Amino acid sequence: MNLLPYTIYVSFAGAALSLVAGMRSAAAARAVALLAAVSAWAVALTAAFRFTPSSEVLTLIDLPWISRLGIHYHLAVDGISLTLIVLTGLAATAGVLFSWNIEKRTGEFFAFYLALIGGVYGVFLSADAFLFFVFYEIAIVPKYFLIAIWGSTNREYGAMKLALYSFAGSALVLAGLLWIYASGHASGFSLSQLASAAATLGHPSQVALFALLFTGFAILAGMFPFHTWAPTGHVAAPTGASMLLAGVVMKLGAYGCLRVAMPLLPGGLEFWQPVIAGLALIGILYAGLVALVQDDFKFVIGYSSVSHMGFVLLGLAVAEPTAVAGAVLQMFSHGVIAGLLFAVVGRMVYERTHTRQLDELRKLPLHRLLPFAAVVFVIAGLASMGMPGFSGFPAELTLLVGVWKVSKIWALLAALGVLIAAAFTLRVIQVSFFGKVEPVDLNRLERVEDNTLHLHPYAPITWPEKAGTFLLLAATILIGLKPDILLNWIVPSLQSPLMKVLWHGGAQ
Amino acid sequence: MKCLLSTLILTPWVGALLLAFTPRLSPKASRILALLFSLSTLGFAALAWSGFDPSGSYQFVEQHAWISGLNVSYHLGLDGMSLVMVLLTGLIAPIALLASWKVERDPRLFNLLFLFLQGAALGVFLALNFFPWFIFWELSLVPAFFLIKLWGGPGASRAAYQFVVYTIGGSAFMLLGFAALFASTGTFDFVELAALARNGGLTAAITGPVLTAIFLGVLLGLAVKVPLFPFHTWLPSAYSEAPTGASMFLTGVMSKMGVYGFLRILWPLFPAQLHAAAPVLVGLALAGVVLGTFAAMAQRDLKRMVAYSSINHVSYCLLALFAVAATGSLHTAASVSALSGSLLQMFNHGLSASALFFCVGILESRSGGKHGLNDFGGVRTSAPIFAGLCGVALFSSLGLPGLNGFVGEFLVFRGVFGLVPWAAAVGCLGLFATAYFLLTFWQRVFHGPQGPGVAAFRDLSALEVVTLVPSVVLMFVLGIWPQLLVSVFNPLVTAWARHLP
Amino acid sequence: MNTSYAQLAQALQPEIILIDGAVLVLAIDLIFGRRRTLATRLGTSLAVGALTLVAALVASLLTGALGPVYDNGLVLDTLAVAVRSGVLVLGLITLGVAAGAKLPRHPAEYTAIILFAITGFTLMAAANHLLIGFAALELASLSLYVLAGFDKDSPKSAEAALKYFLLGAMATAFLLFGFSLIYGLTGQLNLSDIAAVLSTQGGLSPLLGLALMMVLVAFGFKAAAAPFHLWAPDAYEGAPTPSAALIASASKLAGFTLFLRILWPGLGHLSGDISHAGNPAGWLTIVALLSLASLLLGNLAALAQTNLRRLLAYSAIAHTGVMLLGVMSAQISGVGPLFFYLSTYAVATAGAFGVIAVLERNGGCERITDLAGLGKRSPLLAGCLAIFILSLAGIPPLAGFFGKFAIFAASLQINGVSSPAGWLTMLAIALSAVALYYYLIVLKQALVAPPAPDRATPIRVPLATTLTLLICAELIVLFGLVPSLLLDLF
Repeated sequence: MNLLPYTIYVSFAGAALSLVAGMRSAAAARAVALLAAVSAWAVALTAAFRFTPSSEVLTLIDLPWISRLGIHYHLAVDGISLTLIVLTGLAATAGVLFSWNIEKRTGEFFAFYLALIGGVYGVFLSADAFLFFVFYEIAIVPKYFLIAIWGSTNREYGAMKLALYSFAGSALVLAGLLWIYASGHASGFSLSQLASAAATLGHPSQVALFALLFTGFAILAGMFPFHTWAPTGHVAAPTGASMLLAGVVMKLGAYGCLRVAMPLLPGGLEFWQPVIAGLALIGILYAGLVALVQDDFKFVIGYSSVSHMGFVLLGLAVAEPTAVAGAVLQMFSHGVIAGLLFAVVGRMVYERTHTRQLDELRKLPLHRLLPFAAVVFVIAGLASMGMPGFSGFPAELTLLVGVWKVSKIWALLAALGVLIAAAFTLRVIQVSFFGKVEPVDLNRLERVEDNTLHLHPYAPITWPEKAGTFLLLAATILIGLKPDILLNWIVPSLQSPLMKVLWHGGAQ
Repeated sequence: MKCLLSTLILTPWVGALLLAFTPRLSPKASRILALLFSLSTLGFAALAWSGFDPSGSYQFVEQHAWISGLNVSYHLGLDGMSLVMVLLTGLIAPIALLASWKVERDPRLFNLLFLFLQGAALGVFLALNFFPWFIFWELSLVPAFFLIKLWGGPGASRAAYQFVVYTIGGSAFMLLGFAALFASTGTFDFVELAALARNGGLTAAITGPVLTAIFLGVLLGLAVKVPLFPFHTWLPSAYSEAPTGASMFLTGVMSKMGVYGFLRILWPLFPAQLHAAAPVLVGLALAGVVLGTFAAMAQRDLKRMVAYSSINHVSYCLLALFAVAATGSLHTAASVSALSGSLLQMFNHGLSASALFFCVGILESRSGGKHGLNDFGGVRTSAPIFAGLCGVALFSSLGLPGLNGFVGEFLVFRGVFGLVPWAAAVGCLGLFATAYFLLTFWQRVFHGPQGPGVAAFRDLSALEVVTLVPSVVLMFVLGIWPQLLVSVFNPLVTAWARHLP
Repeated sequence: MNTSYAQLAQALQPEIILIDGAVLVLAIDLIFGRRRTLATRLGTSLAVGALTLVAALVASLLTGALGPVYDNGLVLDTLAVAVRSGVLVLGLITLGVAAGAKLPRHPAEYTAIILFAITGFTLMAAANHLLIGFAALELASLSLYVLAGFDKDSPKSAEAALKYFLLGAMATAFLLFGFSLIYGLTGQLNLSDIAAVLSTQGGLSPLLGLALMMVLVAFGFKAAAAPFHLWAPDAYEGAPTPSAALIASASKLAGFTLFLRILWPGLGHLSGDISHAGNPAGWLTIVALLSLASLLLGNLAALAQTNLRRLLAYSAIAHTGVMLLGVMSAQISGVGPLFFYLSTYAVATAGAFGVIAVLERNGGCERITDLAGLGKRSPLLAGCLAIFILSLAGIPPLAGFFGKFAIFAASLQINGVSSPAGWLTMLAIALSAVALYYYLIVLKQALVAPPAPDRATPIRVPLATTLTLLICAELIVLFGLVPSLLLDLF
């Protein structure tokens, strides 16, 4: 358990090492990156196996850091953060595998990549708001470079937009945290100290503060109408980075809402609840509808991410233990599934066909040319639309149960979102992989496969792609069939002293 | 056998997995493998039947805690109704596979998907907890989608998409309904929920309007699947675009999943709501009966005709149920009759409709893809055996006494007459119209002057005979000795009629 | 006057060493410099200069915080020691930058004048007396004017020097006028005595108000706060790079220290109150307005820059806005946050100019796009530049972030968000998100863009500059990770 901080250290060390290794050879950088990602994940899993669920937040390390401001280097873990740490390890490992073919500036790529991962681990482990913020920002900068250097379509625009949105969000968060610290005369920045400081503030301040903090975090979580960075960013990003963006980074925002904004300011949550729920629902439905009419394969997935994160935000907004448990489960589930979808779209398909336009993909019978990708995408798509048996289903079910307890209408609209998700996922499955499949066409195609220009046989799926796929698939099926693994961690943690304030006195 | 039911469900899936991991299997081997795994259901069902006690409630129960966070258990059980459905699945699935023996394009994948579909359908009929039930319910869509899309006709993509989106649309609201039930009761178990509904626990936990809303959600999910008028619009194109084997399974088994859901879930859980809504629902079921036939009459395409006739036939089952729900437990005898008829009709329709789809498929394959009503004529002279077997299926479908269809429809109408006489009267209209268009089918295709190319029709091959004969034999057997099946579910139905769930 | 010259001599050891060193540099060059190459002469001068600085640093640290010296005309408190040491370190960095920059025509003179300027800075750090402060400031300023115009081949350099000189002279005039008014009204030149007199007088008379205005205008000029910033972009752009580095770093640190002393201990009674919007006005109000103008103008104008140095100049103006916030909150939370901010900002800026200096010798570095492909041409320069720029942008875990954080936390403590200081803080936080844009544009060129075809050659960085840049980068990271190293001094 006490090894968990090493997830952070190992990632940062891996970043430095792969930078050095990259100067010698790309292969060395890859190996170092994989080793770092896997060992951090192994640490996380080991901790997960030894974890006994409890309603306490388990402090891992607590050293005074900046004594003048009462800031501590305080790392702690509970069921919620453990869930997300395990997810981070998984997404990071799979992301490295799917970035195996990066040849340009390989060492730097993995350096930025692992630095991002280290920041993410740090956020999930921080129990001190200052530390939390430091890691949060550390995670932002590498994103910019990952996209700007190794991205594709419109990469500089996408990268800059993403960086500025994220940074604007974190500026709001910083303003909020400092406001609480100063106005509430807090003696330090630990979450509990800030919580008691915030409790001394008047209701209007709480309301305003909550708006600052929640909006700041929700930008990164892709909340409507601050979601626009997400599709462009995802589309521009290289595969490994989009996997991380959708899989982990968007979770940072949601986690911030849950860990910082909500418990610190339950009064503010109560005030804003209808607004947030409304925005979350608009996000679910609007992004789903937009996904239905996209022409770019990756945009569909990008918008689907926004839609799915809408569920998470809705679950958080209702501030009901079951719904929040569902939201955390959904974070995990979406992290895995979105990773898988981006892996198929960005790595398996785009890097072979060099197009993401559905109109062009429609003309290729990809399920014959890339059967592995087709099967994986179908499974991932099903999981993404909430097919039972995959992780999305228990998450959505739990979430709906909780939302229903608070508002029937919201639950109804959310169910509509499930339907839209099914519609756009099926559409994209149809169009992308099973376009024109006239049997006659196929026969002709198989005959002339060798000498046709646009249908040259694609490179076979490589072993890192397969390995990454199996990791993610196994995770979504495992959690789909046995969500208890995570729920048993999450549910007790919702009763921790910090989180308890949400359930009584708070909304409902 | 402690886990007979799990074995029964999982064996086809094991077969599917085997196929998935043997990509180099020859088409023939894959077909034989699939057929064997598919037949296993019949074997296990027979085993279950032999140990089955018709008077008892759920048997071969398996219940294990699964997800403590959601109080979900893996709960399987078998009663008379499930047994009938499992038998039907066990019968139709191998027949449909035999009917697909000639599929040339990627037979391994076809068979794989088919076995997957079969397992999911079995799960639906056996699961007693919403969570596993819904897994099977939704997973059955996946193979169905690809079977229609990849092996279907020219409009298959659209049809498959429509089919799945409609069904998932319904399911989403059903899911929400069960989430809501769980939010108030803390259980997903059908048996526990039914008990709660019986002792008033459900109405105590959930206020009336909300319970009604939940009822409507679940109703919607089931109604789309059956389909109940006016949620049927996906059906004709899906059935007619699907490859023959898939159409057979869709109409024979999957449409029964919806009816089964009505009987297993909607009625026991929401008796009061169903009672209140029954007048409307009777009207809808009647609309399905009558409009289904008239629509079928108007078709010039054999596949669409059979598809619409399916709407008509399945609506009888629902008509019976709604009639019983509408009147309550006043007329026990009539209720028993209606419900028995309903269950029997489910089985019978499975037999006859799948047989008819197979026959149309044969016509299609012989004529190079034609399936219009007027494309043929005089087939009887060139293919007498085929004409004979198809005729039996047609007459079974229109309810000729002596064949199985008659018994089911008779019981339904006898029951409904005793409960909601006007509905029975209107329904008769549908009965006559059915007879009319099926006879038109018979006459135009098999009699009269020979259409172009019909003279060259081969009669049935041995394989096709083997495919068709079991169904036809059963049509006779059940027509003469319906008790064979009725005895399985009679005590159950009687119990239902006494104290309505 | 009851003074001990022995003590004074002890207190002024660093300054004495610096002056001696400057003379030594000149002498050595005069004696041995003939017929040597320019590079050798520069190397020798810089080496001697660096040794002088190190010696002064050691002396300054050994002397320690003596307290009031020379009849309270100088104060060697912790702040003074810290600023002196900081200025000396920045001087070293400047010399390191000079080692990698374009060769100046008269290396010894150049080095000597840098040393003179630093002498002025160290004196400013300790001055507690209007006249001493003024003299120190002028010593520094005059040296800087010369340094700005040192590149006689470049018209831009001349223009920079002229602008800097003219505006600086005007500021001096204002300052002198202000000082004389204060002296006239209080009869005192020593800051402690002025404070004592003011505390008995109470109230802000119109003449005192005028004096305050004068002093603050001068302060605005020296600190390059908007709207008195006009010289800064030209000076940053035109001055030889090491001079620009010195102007941007050490000069800022020393200038802010001097004015901090004048304002808080000296004129603290006239500060007014900005804890609420309608409270009595004082110099805090003016500083707040300067801060507001600097924040807005600096950040927004920086967005439009295409010249790297001008961008740094506008970014410096924006940073001045934050530093002014630090001045405002210095009474409540002490000088710690401000000193932290100033020193880390200075290191980062000087480092950035160091990178520019090297680039200038290797093909020029005017526009931001000239940085293109830096990552490929010299990973060292690119990495260091990334650290400096990210620190300026306020990205953790670099020192710039914590500096901002500490100042914001302090200025919010004036009265939360209900005071104008609080509003300014919120604005500053919001603008820091804007600032990221132009900083990222710089980094985009350096790390993302491919090198221009005519400038694809790798860059060789002189050893001294390499060391300087690495030390700068390490300082930025170190102070970011362990801010207590600096904060706990106070």
